[in-house]
Amino acid sequence: MSNLKTIAVAMSGGVDSSAVAAMLRAEGHNIIGLTMQLWNQRRLAGHEGMPESVTGRCCSLDDVYDARRVAEHIGIPYYVVNHEERFEREVVRPFVAEYLSGRTPIPCSLCNNHLKFDQLLVVARQIGAECVATGHYARVEYDDASGRWLLKRPADRSKDQTYFLFGLTQEQLSRTLFPLGGMTKPEVRDLARMYGLALAEKPDSQEICFVPGGDYKRFIDAYLAESGEALPDTAGELVTANGEVIGQHAGIHNFTVGQRKGLGIATGSPLYVIQINGADRQVVVGSDDHLYSRTLRGRGANLISVEQLHEPMRVSVKIRHRHEPAPATLEKLSGDEILVTFDQPQRAITPGQAAVFYDGDIVVGGAWIA
Amino acid sequence: MMRRIYLDNNATTPVLPEVLEAMLPYFGERFGNASSIHGHGQETRAAVERARDSVAILLGCGAPEIVFTSGGTEADNLAISGLTRSGDHIITSSIEHHAVLQACKHVEEIGCEVTYLPVDGRCLIDPDDVRRALRPNTKLISVMMANNETGVLQPVEAIGKIAAEADVYFHVDAVQAAAKVPLDVKRIGCAALSISGHKMHAPQGVGALYVRKGTPLQPLFYGGRHERSRRAGTENVPGIVGLGKAAELARRDCEREDDQKVSELRDRLERGILAQVEDAAVNGAGAPRVPNTTNIYFDHIDGEAMVISLDLRGLAVSTGAACSSGAIEPSHVLIAMGLRADRARGSLRFSLGKQNSAEDVDLALALVPEAVARLRELSPTYSKGVIVS
Repeated sequence: MSNLKTIAVAMSGGVDSSAVAAMLRAEGHNIIGLTMQLWNQRRLAGHEGMPESVTGRCCSLDDVYDARRVAEHIGIPYYVVNHEERFEREVVRPFVAEYLSGRTPIPCSLCNNHLKFDQLLVVARQIGAECVATGHYARVEYDDASGRWLLKRPADRSKDQTYFLFGLTQEQLSRTLFPLGGMTKPEVRDLARMYGLALAEKPDSQEICFVPGGDYKRFIDAYLAESGEALPDTAGELVTANGEVIGQHAGIHNFTVGQRKGLGIATGSPLYVIQINGADRQVVVGSDDHLYSRTLRGRGANLISVEQLHEPMRVSVKIRHRHEPAPATLEKLSGDEILVTFDQPQRAITPGQAAVFYDGDIVVGGAWIA
Repeated sequence: MMRRIYLDNNATTPVLPEVLEAMLPYFGERFGNASSIHGHGQETRAAVERARDSVAILLGCGAPEIVFTSGGTEADNLAISGLTRSGDHIITSSIEHHAVLQACKHVEEIGCEVTYLPVDGRCLIDPDDVRRALRPNTKLISVMMANNETGVLQPVEAIGKIAAEADVYFHVDAVQAAAKVPLDVKRIGCAALSISGHKMHAPQGVGALYVRKGTPLQPLFYGGRHERSRRAGTENVPGIVGLGKAAELARRDCEREDDQKVSELRDRLERGILAQVEDAAVNGAGAPRVPNTTNIYFDHIDGEAMVISLDLRGLAVSTGAACSSGAIEPSHVLIAMGLRADRARGSLRFSLGKQNSAEDVDLALALVPEAVARLRELSPTYSKGVIVS
């Protein structure tokens, strides 16, 4: 059995990562369970209307307890590693800054890039593991022809998490295992039951882990208050696409492109946020038609299946997690900037979100929407 | 089966076989309530009082001055809450154990004022700082005898003199000093002193507070008149018997100079590590220390990864203080000493015990440099001795 490995499993205390640990252990690998302590939920308790008691999912003691119980049940060493400082610097601060400059961030991708597949991989290798396994629904394969590690969509399309993984480097992919890539969620739950895991029926987590109840505005208020910082004044004008001022708003971080509710103006036809101009604090509104656009520019591009974009490439592009990939042409601009031109205009292309490029099941790469 | 070596005796110590043997009858046939009138009660009462004598001899005080508690944390809380009331001023230090720091935070919330004194780079409190911090309403000075992380011994006798001159109560948290260095409450000049059973080879869940005769002490909770009305609740007889036996053994070992053996092992470990590993040094070097502890920083190392790495290879050591989830937080002690944050995070505590042998130290000396080398090789900030920015 020469292909037995020492593998660190990133355990969140949920069903998926617990099933991964149990499965790899049953295969005979040497498993080390690791949970990343990323955020102290009690920190903002009671600030600016945040709940006093903590029931959040991320890094709660209950989740660590669940993960520890699983580790004990399947008989593997288990440790909690503290990455709160880095999480705040690389994920929480940028999350707040993005909203305050009028964009709509995806903290999960930042966490994957800077914590789970970076810091955790470093710790895993330092303690003697060759690779890290997680409960993500995605697949990693080595492609002999191109000599590259490929990231591919999983068997269970409804759980596809490749959108959040576009930033993985070749080095990271070469040391990553996604054992659930070929399974469906019900199969994973069956597996958890089969291994006798007490948390087999635990509900899935949905929201951004450090934002209880998904209320990001309240989170930003509480975070700034706790840090002793004033909420910057981002109030300004509501304008139409023609530049006509039709009202005032209380701050650009309250808006996201495509939003219809909460504009505070009554008109005959429905109005949507079509653009947010961070520099002059303007929120531009317009009809549904105005939301459609054929092009997007991306920054901080990461390419996975190819090393370089030598010429325009036909791909399908996903512009938000729940978006059906749309046919487009991908071109390199300068540096790590790219241009995506869709065959058909797409609705509500939102700055701050990611554009992820697919070639069938294969993730070509991705970039941040500028 | 991997050989496991335990060098984390400041966290807890194994119960010595003689201690376990002394305790066993009190889990079985000698089950009486020490407050009962009948023979069953008399039997356990006698055992509790024998243990009290034994602890009193270790500390150099009278038996009635010993209050048994559930451990060091309760003893510290009893001293701090029990000797102060709203409006009083307390002087303590920034390197105290959380049992003292959090108890001080609590009395601060109910109307006390607290001064947290700094320490120097060697982890030492300056007695002159204590003197300067005195106020007309100062009621209590609370300073630890030995720091749990660095092992550094504080100038408690000098502080005791200042307390006596100012007519202020002096409480000493001696949890990490008891059974490691000789203790004498008269020489220290303290009104109260805490010890913990499980740091000195007695079981977890028992401790004691010395309270000088005639010192009025407010109890933490209410019930029967146990422990001269200073600590309500039926006595933990097996635990108290264990603590008594451990105190007796500590005294015997002190006379046999067994401390010398631990000290030699510690020095050998410390010298061996520093000889093999570059960019490492002792935290608290140059200060007097308890014989069993060394705290070493390793540049370009994450202490947390180091502890895990060594544990997976059979060596138990520690870093910082563990928080409720089990994750490690940066040490408030090392930060108070002025250590850079990265060095505080890259520090490891090795604490030896009576049960450790020269072979244990040799194995640690094989494992530690190897782990440091592996961690540095994979560290993003380290490349062949050069910091990569």
